[in-house]
Amino acid sequence: MSAPVSSPPALLNVTIDGIQVQVPPGTSIIEAAKQAGTLVPHYCYHPSLPSPAVCRMCLVEVEKFPKLVPACVTTVAEGQVVHTQSASAKKAREGVLEFLLINHPLDCPICDQAGECELQDYVFQEGRAGTRYANEAKRYNPAEDFGPDIMYVGNRCILCTRCVRFMDHVAGEKVLNVSERGDRAYIGIDASKQLDHPWAGNVVDLCPVGSLISKDFLHKARAWDLDRTASVCPGCSQGCNISIDTRDDTVVRFRPRANLEVNRHFICDTGRAGYRFLNRGDRLEAPMVRSDAGQLVVADWDVALAAASAVLRSATGSAVIIASGRASAEALGHVQRLTSHLATSAVIQVPMGIEAPLEGIPNLALRAERAPNGRGAEMLGYGTDVDAAIDRAAQASVVILLDADLDADQEARLAGLGGALLVIATVPPEGLRDAVVMLPTTTMAEEQGVYVNRDGRAQRYSQAKAAPALARPAWWIAAEIAGCGDDDADVPADASDAFRMLPEFGGLRHADLGWVGRVVAG
Amino acid sequence: MSRPTDAPYEPVFTGSTREKLEALQAQYPTRQALLLPALWMVQEARGWVSDEGLAEVAAVLDLTPAYVRGVATFYTMYHLHPMGRNVIQVCTTSPCGMCGAEQVRDAFLRHTGCVELGRTSADGRFTVLESECLGACGMATPVLINDDFLESVSPETVPGILTRYA
Amino acid sequence: MGYPHPPHALETPVLSTHFGEAAARTFDGWVKRGGYEGLKKALGMTPEQIFEEVKASGLRGRGGAGFGTGLKWSFMPKEDGKPHYLVCNADESEPGTFKDREIMRWTPHALLEGCAIGCLGIRAETCYIFIRGEYTEPLRILQAALAEAYANGALGANAFGSGRRVDIIIHRGAGAYICGEETALMNALEGRRGNPRIKPPFPAQAGLFAMPTTINNVETLAAVPHIIARGAAWYAGLCKSSPKSTGTKLFSVCGHVMKPGVYEVTMGTPMRDLIFGIAGGMKPGRTLKAVIPGGSSVPILTAGEIEDLPLDYEGIQARGSLLGSGGVIVMDDTTDMVYQIWRLARFYAHESCAQCTQCREGTSWTTRILERILKGEGRPDDLDLLLDLADNMTGKTICVLSDSCATPIVSGIKKFRSEFDAYLNKTRAPVLAGAGA
Repeated sequence: MSAPVSSPPALLNVTIDGIQVQVPPGTSIIEAAKQAGTLVPHYCYHPSLPSPAVCRMCLVEVEKFPKLVPACVTTVAEGQVVHTQSASAKKAREGVLEFLLINHPLDCPICDQAGECELQDYVFQEGRAGTRYANEAKRYNPAEDFGPDIMYVGNRCILCTRCVRFMDHVAGEKVLNVSERGDRAYIGIDASKQLDHPWAGNVVDLCPVGSLISKDFLHKARAWDLDRTASVCPGCSQGCNISIDTRDDTVVRFRPRANLEVNRHFICDTGRAGYRFLNRGDRLEAPMVRSDAGQLVVADWDVALAAASAVLRSATGSAVIIASGRASAEALGHVQRLTSHLATSAVIQVPMGIEAPLEGIPNLALRAERAPNGRGAEMLGYGTDVDAAIDRAAQASVVILLDADLDADQEARLAGLGGALLVIATVPPEGLRDAVVMLPTTTMAEEQGVYVNRDGRAQRYSQAKAAPALARPAWWIAAEIAGCGDDDADVPADASDAFRMLPEFGGLRHADLGWVGRVVAG
Repeated sequence: MSRPTDAPYEPVFTGSTREKLEALQAQYPTRQALLLPALWMVQEARGWVSDEGLAEVAAVLDLTPAYVRGVATFYTMYHLHPMGRNVIQVCTTSPCGMCGAEQVRDAFLRHTGCVELGRTSADGRFTVLESECLGACGMATPVLINDDFLESVSPETVPGILTRYA
Repeated sequence: MGYPHPPHALETPVLSTHFGEAAARTFDGWVKRGGYEGLKKALGMTPEQIFEEVKASGLRGRGGAGFGTGLKWSFMPKEDGKPHYLVCNADESEPGTFKDREIMRWTPHALLEGCAIGCLGIRAETCYIFIRGEYTEPLRILQAALAEAYANGALGANAFGSGRRVDIIIHRGAGAYICGEETALMNALEGRRGNPRIKPPFPAQAGLFAMPTTINNVETLAAVPHIIARGAAWYAGLCKSSPKSTGTKLFSVCGHVMKPGVYEVTMGTPMRDLIFGIAGGMKPGRTLKAVIPGGSSVPILTAGEIEDLPLDYEGIQARGSLLGSGGVIVMDDTTDMVYQIWRLARFYAHESCAQCTQCREGTSWTTRILERILKGEGRPDDLDLLLDLADNMTGKTICVLSDSCATPIVSGIKKFRSEFDAYLNKTRAPVLAGAGA
């Protein structure tokens, strides 16, 4: 970058729970504590929201201060000594937890948040063992449908107001409020509106308890039954970092994963809802080869790979590759190598939609390009004009479909090319039964790989569930085809190796990308 | 909350009322600062603030209805339900409470025919509410009836007071 | 004189001199009574001269906090090019307090004059008077006085021909005790929920509409014209006890006394003089049990504790309570302390803004426990529970409403424990209908 050189402000020395840290002036105690390895318990604070300091959970003891101070809004001073675990701080937290529980219903057995609930967690960690709230009644607020996907269970609400602040300041749509006063307060919604903002689903994640819940996830799975895998949203070119949550090999939801450079703490509702394709049961289960009789029959991988290899070796002239927009960088790169001896027209499918920015965060939007790896494909030389590619297929000697999702019309235009069609697919295309081979591949949840987002950030994703037993990642399929009959062939050992072998990405391995990605293009 | 009749909502901020509101703008650097005055104007015109009233205020002040509702529900004096023609607020906080305010409250409930606090009398004439400290503790019991601030009300004076309100 | 009773020899009328005189409400009537001399003098003074004079007088905030007024004014930035605001806190809602109402409805011009001088002292051209919604009569009177002040050139673009601008705007509240808290008041003025703000930033740095702001109580501002006109030394000389408590104070005496009302005495006047001298003492056959000296948020004092107690900031603090707003609530031997403390807790629960957990939940919980006790359903550990909750509610919130709820509970249990025990061990019959009633 070409910014003028100036000396940064001097760091401040602060001691938190006996550990010295150095932080820039203006850092809050709660953020400085993170550097000291301490998470100060809190509810209303959130690094992507303005801080109102209302929950009072983060009160800490600072030497020489007469009262406990809220760590979320108190900035550090030079030489400050902070105690988050002192007797007074712990008693204050115990007090807050007890106060929160008096009106909180004992819903844990039926509440989706159980197991990932911050009220449960902190009460277990440092709350009172029993309640002192006697026969007094708890206040009652009816559950409300905030629609389309969000329910508000008012009784569980701890009035942290994260949802209101998110809608006001980050989504930019002031449709929620705090209504009434005192212990009658609840979260209200504009009577004529719904929570249908393209990013509204984030309030469910922001809610520390089970007050704002997703109807899609309602009673679907228990948090402790879930495996959570770091991944990247396959919905658009923004490349929001997500966690794929699975139970017994079924994807039950996407949740945001924090990445301050890409999506901060949020994902859009479209991406959030876009996990269903990962659970499809109508998968291509085994490699298939066209028999002499002209039928696709199940075959061993060796046989199928050899058949594909034979087609490619004998091919001359041109080739066409049509790939899914969700294909990994490794898959696209290695498949492309298969036709390097031919004049190749390679395209990926990028469905288009309407852009929906998240106002309060710079450079964050549901992007019009509804494909996660458009930039990666572009760096490899792939285009996006699928129709033109299909036209060229008529003259091509080889057509490779890499999990392309074609409609009946497009399939019809490709039909009759039987001799040149190699299909790699997750779901077998109905109208293309005359391909030479159909090779079962993995969805992005069933493999490791890299997507490059629209800002040129290469981000890795991990395997979240098992693939059908005989399915293989497309980079492996391509590398094996390329290496068929060549014992010295350089076959990548794993996805990271496959990525390293692509010069377009600078020889980086997955480990070099870390878990927040790395910019590989301008 | 619906209006008591099916009559369509009549906007408040038209003509001279709108002019009055806009004239206030010169006194404040933001539009939003007109919110409490605007809610008062709706209540003065209609006797209470309905959801349509909240929506109208929101539209006139370029705020969202959710925001306006959040503010309106905070303040006790804005009535968000239809009230009787005369709203009676009796202070019963301790300094008045220890000087007979509860008997005054009960006398109002009895003589108005309101069955309970907050419930409008059958003839639509009165609603009786308990108020917190009205700031006239030395003149117990103070009572606010509409815009009339009465001092030194006793159970004996209640019937006479009520005759002044149609 | 105080109001509504005839003047008493032990009173020192300064602000209250014309209480009860309808003619004092008019501009001409006020000028005849020496009004607006202070403002005319202040228009020829610099802001530093004004706030140094007020500092020297020893005037302290009369709303409850008792912070030095001149000192508060000196916190305002000097030359920052931003609009400054003076806000007059006329949201008087502290139970037991009813003195600002008298100032506004008898001597509205005194307040306007004080606001104007305050503006000059803090380099503001605009003052908002935030008056509680329930004060309908003072509102009408103040509005009429304001119109007169403008018509007579005391306010506006050219105050008394000085070329200086002073504008005063009256803004009506809508029913929330918490709006008496200065930052909540600013939020209400801005058209928001009346939630107190976290500090920093402090109002003098970023207050109303994010601009430098000073908030003062009605009584405080009403004293200012006298100080400017008659001099700080005169005001500071009005002092009977602690030298840090000067001038006069309006005390609103209510509850079980013969002559409840607003009275003005010199700081340091003995509490006994106020209750038994000026306010006429107990009703026939009754004895004093307790006094809350400064509005319901300050600790309760027993009858014994008010002996030889001077009415000033230091004296009352040394005795374990606070002068506060000067709302003196007198309770005789017929008082059910548990019941009154319950009713106060109910007040705080109703007024909590809902931001802080301890306040939102604690004010209601303590109210419910006290209610249970009054229903005869108290448990042996209820008092310890109340004291522990009060401790959890104190010193931990954005504003002190939470602490204010805890205070009468703590002082009540400490000093009148036998009354609580009587309900707990059922030697006293329940006074509220319970489940079994």
